[in-house]
Amino acid sequence: MTVRVGHTAEKPAFPILAHELLQDDQTRRNVRHATNVIRNKRALRVEEMPDWQDLRTTAHAIKTHTLLHLPHYLEEFERNCIRAGGQVHWARDADEANTIAIQLIQQAAARQSGVKGHAQPSDRPSSPYPSVPAHAEVIKVKTMTSDEIGMNHALEQRGITPWETDLADMIVQMGKDEPSHIVVPALHKNRHQVRELFLQNMGLTELGTEAEDLTGAARHYLRKKFLEVGIGISGANFAIAETGSVCVVESEGNGRMCVTMPKTLITLIGIEKVIPKFDDLEVFLQLLPRSATGERMNPYNSIWTGVTHGDGPQEFHVILLDNGRTRMMANVRERETLNCIRCGACLNQCPVYRETGGHAYGSIYSGPIGAILSPQLNGMKYSRSLPYASSLCGACYEVCPVKINIPETLIHLRGKIVEQDQNTLAGKLSQESMGMKMAAHLFEHPKQYEAAQRLARTGQGLFEKDGKLVNLPGMAAGWTQYRDLRALPKQSFREWWKRSRTNRGDGSNWSGND
Amino acid sequence: MTDDARFTVLDTIRRQLAADPDVETLIDDSPEEAYARIPRTYQRTAKLNHEETLELFYDRLRDYDSELVFTNEAGIANAVADAMREANETLLLVPAGVPQEWLPQHDVEVRRDFDLPLQPLEEPRVVLTPCTVAIAMSGTIILEHGDGQGRRAATLLPDHHICVLWRDQVVETIAEALQRITHRTSPITTIAGPSATSDIEMTRIRGVHGPRRLTAIIL
Repeated sequence: MTVRVGHTAEKPAFPILAHELLQDDQTRRNVRHATNVIRNKRALRVEEMPDWQDLRTTAHAIKTHTLLHLPHYLEEFERNCIRAGGQVHWARDADEANTIAIQLIQQAAARQSGVKGHAQPSDRPSSPYPSVPAHAEVIKVKTMTSDEIGMNHALEQRGITPWETDLADMIVQMGKDEPSHIVVPALHKNRHQVRELFLQNMGLTELGTEAEDLTGAARHYLRKKFLEVGIGISGANFAIAETGSVCVVESEGNGRMCVTMPKTLITLIGIEKVIPKFDDLEVFLQLLPRSATGERMNPYNSIWTGVTHGDGPQEFHVILLDNGRTRMMANVRERETLNCIRCGACLNQCPVYRETGGHAYGSIYSGPIGAILSPQLNGMKYSRSLPYASSLCGACYEVCPVKINIPETLIHLRGKIVEQDQNTLAGKLSQESMGMKMAAHLFEHPKQYEAAQRLARTGQGLFEKDGKLVNLPGMAAGWTQYRDLRALPKQSFREWWKRSRTNRGDGSNWSGND
Repeated sequence: MTDDARFTVLDTIRRQLAADPDVETLIDDSPEEAYARIPRTYQRTAKLNHEETLELFYDRLRDYDSELVFTNEAGIANAVADAMREANETLLLVPAGVPQEWLPQHDVEVRRDFDLPLQPLEEPRVVLTPCTVAIAMSGTIILEHGDGQGRRAATLLPDHHICVLWRDQVVETIAEALQRITHRTSPITTIAGPSATSDIEMTRIRGVHGPRRLTAIIL
């Protein structure tokens, strides 16, 4: 199995990327401005809801319940989707999902252009796919999951052109850039930078600098695509088991276009997106828009079930994607990460994200949720620096609409990383591991602990300056480089305790038995 | 390939859940019983009386810059004609099931959507439909697509949506609204204000790809 999460496998660690990004004043200004605006709007819209905490509690309970019965609900969703005329495919990892999508696109494109499509790949052993018309194209509505599996790259390699139609995703695609936010992927770009990209990519000679001008250009540019391209690709915010329906939450109307206008629609859904009942939308459709964009309700929600005669795509495929999700099912702390509804509130709230922006995380899932989701999807193989990219202040947990305890999960994952490291020889012999083992030994043996304290008191003289320790050697240098450490006092608490008890003469001169 | 994948994914989930010692105590009953125990203490029913609910709804619509027209059933055709004249439009798209009495008799060319091909469907810049229910709290109107409220493309391609709704279709909460949706497997669209984006410098811009104008005719 080859789980892939964007480009996490090739990216340097967080401190390296963050260091670079902190030099980029323009990006930092853009990120600070954008996160401030959304934070304030969110706060306003949450404040007017007296039952906000009740909604969070219910959402957490629904998600927890669904994950504990996930096979049941996935099968129910599949059954109902098929009954309504949809086709359901399952993909264990990124490559499998991309292969399915490419095959479906090639078959649909061949059919739509009048070329005879081969339903049976085995017809032509040399080329597993049917003949492809010269310009196979697809229109896409924002799906983070497709970025996760690197779908655009996979499609392009097979000669299929993917058109991103969400304004921000189009900006990212034109700039050969990476999304830096889950909800507003191009928030690191200001309008002047966007204007440059549009001028280069839309074949325009003139274009104003106001946001209205840029949005107008996008409307005009994409309208033709919506009407002409015969294949659409979407993600899903919710997949409803009870009815087999899919729900896409959006603002611009590009989502409605992509799920309505094409003849063929392919919807990529992470297996954790299933919810039990239609009525559960009453919880999530209140929490998601207020958390994501600070709106009482986002302009559009599209809900559809399989194929409807005479309305929208007459061919509908769902790809249910695992890509590392099932790995997270065996532990409550890890499973809870799958509650996420991708609102991005934790990013806007995070003091670390607000300084570095999303690119420092080296993953399309950035910020606090990215710091727990990316390494877990990767089986703790990549993105291992991310659980440390947090001050554990807890702001993310407070705003999370589905109550994911992100700080606890960060600590849990740090523990996992240390455990993994200790299983390697290099890890066993590392300063940190040796130091911790020694500390563990000393804490268990009071006499030796006291002896070590006396030794440290003598040794610290070399590094002591005005009662502070500066420039400690070895691994401890990382600490004293930025902070002073108070020197050990002349007398330890244990020594003082013993002495004061003896002086009072109550005879309870306790000492540990070694 | 995909059958293998289906088996692997479902089997892995079952094995992983079984490996968690905490889970055994959590799933000792059926999904239905466990689902019924989910706490729901949030607001599901109305707190406001109907007059207050309507006022809240109108406020929300005005907040979205929608136009509000108050009339009765006999006045619909006139209200539509007025809205068309104001918008300087003469071609009106209507779904197959919209009553004849709603349509203006003069100055407006009506195009009924009997499975129109793309080009004639895309031409009209105004569309007239009823809706199923409206939510006051969030200023949302909900369409259940079909002959009555049109297929999805009909309310998506035109720039101006004129929507007819009865006062008793307005409810306070989303929970009440979902109960009014009877054909849950028809395509459903919820609409709250005009199409919008804040993707560029978080400046909210009205009208990207969906309709930019909404006129609500309230009966």
